[in-house]
Amino acid sequence: MADTINGMPVEVWEKLQARFPGALHPAQPPERGDAEGYPQGGEHRMTRSVSRSVLQNRPRYEGVLVHSRHLLDVMRFLRDELGYVMLSSLTAVDYPEAVGQLPPHIDVVYHLFRLEGGGYVVLHVHTAREGAILPSLTPEFAAANLQEREVWDMFGVRFDGHPDLRRLLMWEGFDGFPLRKDWREAYFEEEHKPFRSRFPEGGSPLYAEERTPYHANVRYSREFAEHNLHVDEDFSEADALLYERMLSADRDTDKPLKTEEMILNMGPHHPSTHGVFRMAVRLDGETVRHLEPVFGYLHRCHEKIGERNTWLQNIPYTDRLDYINGMTNNLAYCLAMEKLLGWEVPERAEYIRVIMAELSRVVNHVLAAGFFSNEIGMYFTGSLYALEERELVLDLFEAAAGGRMMFNYMRPGGIARDLPEGWIERARALVRGRLPKKVKQMQSFLLDNEIVRARSVNVGMLSAHDAIASGVSGPVLRACGVRYDIRRAEPYGIYDRFAFDVVTREHGDAFDRVALRFDEVWESLRILEQALDAIPEGPIQSHRLSPKMLIPPGETYARIEAPKGELGFYLVSDGGANPYRYHIRATSLLNLTPLSALTRGVKIADVVSILGSIDLTMGEVDR
Amino acid sequence: MARQSQAGSVSRLPEVPPELQSSVNLTTLDQVYAWARKRSLWPMLFGLACCAFEMIATAASRYDTARFGMEIMRASPRQADLLIVNGTVTKKMAPLLVRLYNQIAEPKYVIAMGACAISGGPFKEGYNVVSGVDRLIPVDVYIPGCPPRPEALIHGILTLDARFDHESIRDIRAFQTGEDKGIPEPALGPDLLNWRDLEGLVGPPEEKR
Repeated sequence: MADTINGMPVEVWEKLQARFPGALHPAQPPERGDAEGYPQGGEHRMTRSVSRSVLQNRPRYEGVLVHSRHLLDVMRFLRDELGYVMLSSLTAVDYPEAVGQLPPHIDVVYHLFRLEGGGYVVLHVHTAREGAILPSLTPEFAAANLQEREVWDMFGVRFDGHPDLRRLLMWEGFDGFPLRKDWREAYFEEEHKPFRSRFPEGGSPLYAEERTPYHANVRYSREFAEHNLHVDEDFSEADALLYERMLSADRDTDKPLKTEEMILNMGPHHPSTHGVFRMAVRLDGETVRHLEPVFGYLHRCHEKIGERNTWLQNIPYTDRLDYINGMTNNLAYCLAMEKLLGWEVPERAEYIRVIMAELSRVVNHVLAAGFFSNEIGMYFTGSLYALEERELVLDLFEAAAGGRMMFNYMRPGGIARDLPEGWIERARALVRGRLPKKVKQMQSFLLDNEIVRARSVNVGMLSAHDAIASGVSGPVLRACGVRYDIRRAEPYGIYDRFAFDVVTREHGDAFDRVALRFDEVWESLRILEQALDAIPEGPIQSHRLSPKMLIPPGETYARIEAPKGELGFYLVSDGGANPYRYHIRATSLLNLTPLSALTRGVKIADVVSILGSIDLTMGEVDR
Repeated sequence: MARQSQAGSVSRLPEVPPELQSSVNLTTLDQVYAWARKRSLWPMLFGLACCAFEMIATAASRYDTARFGMEIMRASPRQADLLIVNGTVTKKMAPLLVRLYNQIAEPKYVIAMGACAISGGPFKEGYNVVSGVDRLIPVDVYIPGCPPRPEALIHGILTLDARFDHESIRDIRAFQTGEDKGIPEPALGPDLLNWRDLEGLVGPPEEKR
């Protein structure tokens, strides 16, 4: 686009320059064009020295470089005066070696969006690798809370002023910061896949177990001696810090009646927590005084594995993020790759993508409502209605992609395989015939039910302001009355061609969040009808893909309106066959940011109601 | 029964008088026990990751595990006798998984569902992933797949059912004398401290303390 500089609108850049003269630098040096004529999709593997020199020039890098002492001022200016209210993604990239004139550093990256759309602003802040420290945004930008904790956990960047800087995904006391480039896991074999032991000759691969001293996936630091091999009986260091936080936060010492409070752990094994999510709750009688979510029980090291994988190898991994919506995860990752590659997608593939994404949304929303009814006590009954419809949609997915849950269906530049014979007719019959009837039935069973209303109306009220500030997206945000949908705000693919409404509700309580999902199902069915009628014949893939395809150097952030909200992929390529940085902006994690505030002062039974209405998948929360 | 155990083999069953044959059925205690247990396995409602969704789908109307006596999933380990490990076991989860296993009353069975539970699966190399749940607890049936289809899970459950026919109450752990200490819970140190892996290196945790 002509009116952008470094990926951001020109006027924003000019205003920033005027407000902070001399303090900001483009992250991209003026000489451009290094990426032109770059081999794309070629078979050969680049040598590391070539890729290193490409990295030094940092072409196609976005945004502005901000000194850490200006960070808070720039952020405030962007939020208060330019309207960049959504701190969407906050992550870091580790550069263990000098890049051009830059010494080894950790680059913390902030992506900001406006509600009106119109591109993002990227801020880069550098910090030294040793004793890495940056000012925390959390006191003023709630959305930074969990993301800063994650950066501390994974990269070891301290955030000065963060009220609760504990590890997010790993436990307290874990050795090392795993996403640093020089940190190697116990089963480390090589920096990048495909490993020489398996490709191209194959032969007899070494078992990963044979490379570690304990024949298990563990690794201890050199200082960790035998005499350290004991731990406290009751709980480890991790929980000690957690309970300390629980007991110190929001103490009300002026209570007229002295009562004894207790700490209750809900989860990680609990029927209402959607998997392995843990909430440590401080209770006064039945009233929640403080709730601290504990993450990481399903942290599968997605990003570290993703940075070892080749670009295409990551597609099946994305299926396992939010495992209800494999299709939309595929889509977001492929969009990000296409942005870096500059590839177009054939018409038919675009339609198929929309159809798959919207079918996925229908399944997700219906399931979310079903599981919500689980959590408020209708044991499995509500889910059974949802699961029945899910099976029918999964049949369609299976016919197209070959798998029920894990699809590996989308590719950069198109999709993997075309629809089989008769698929469109089957889909049309489902979308026109059965689904509307069944969704209507389920909607009336659930939403007109007096008990459901009693358990959810006015429970867990989230204001629009708080929702935006804490980085909430998707149906949770729209239930607060914010008309924000990425399909409309910044349309990707061919969403601008379809007629559909961005539905909202006003109250932002648990009931609205559930009810809004049904409203969205109707809009999805509208899109599906249009797409199924208009889908053209034609090719489904614009480029030939090779397993070790290269992607030109640069960075990008692509996002979609996934069923749960904004799903973003932040990719950095150094021109090689693997992502240099592969970060997932997880919807479910960010949607949990306001959980602690939402549950303060409610009854313990309402906690499950609130959690159920947020709709999370642990695979995506913990990655 | 006592005579049978002394003999070490099942003796020939006595004849049932003809007038009682409509109401008396002779069998062995083992068979009665197996018959009863086969049709009343209660799995624990324990969802770890993606495979949990296929487990839920298996319990739902299309596949319907109620056909096999699994009417209900119990959230409490105390009320369950089958642990379906359905998903990636992370190191952070490992101590809790062992604790849950220890809390299930004997006789108890474990199904490792899916590639992650068997070996770590696609996430094996991850620094927070346990390479297979059998490093922590004993496993009876392995179901490959990523995730296994509901049919595969049903097949796994039926495989477990078939095992009951060959079991004798004489060697079931629940009827053994002596105290069952359970499996020592792994601990979270600089990395996962699994006492079973460390046995060669240091003593069991009690001796260390």
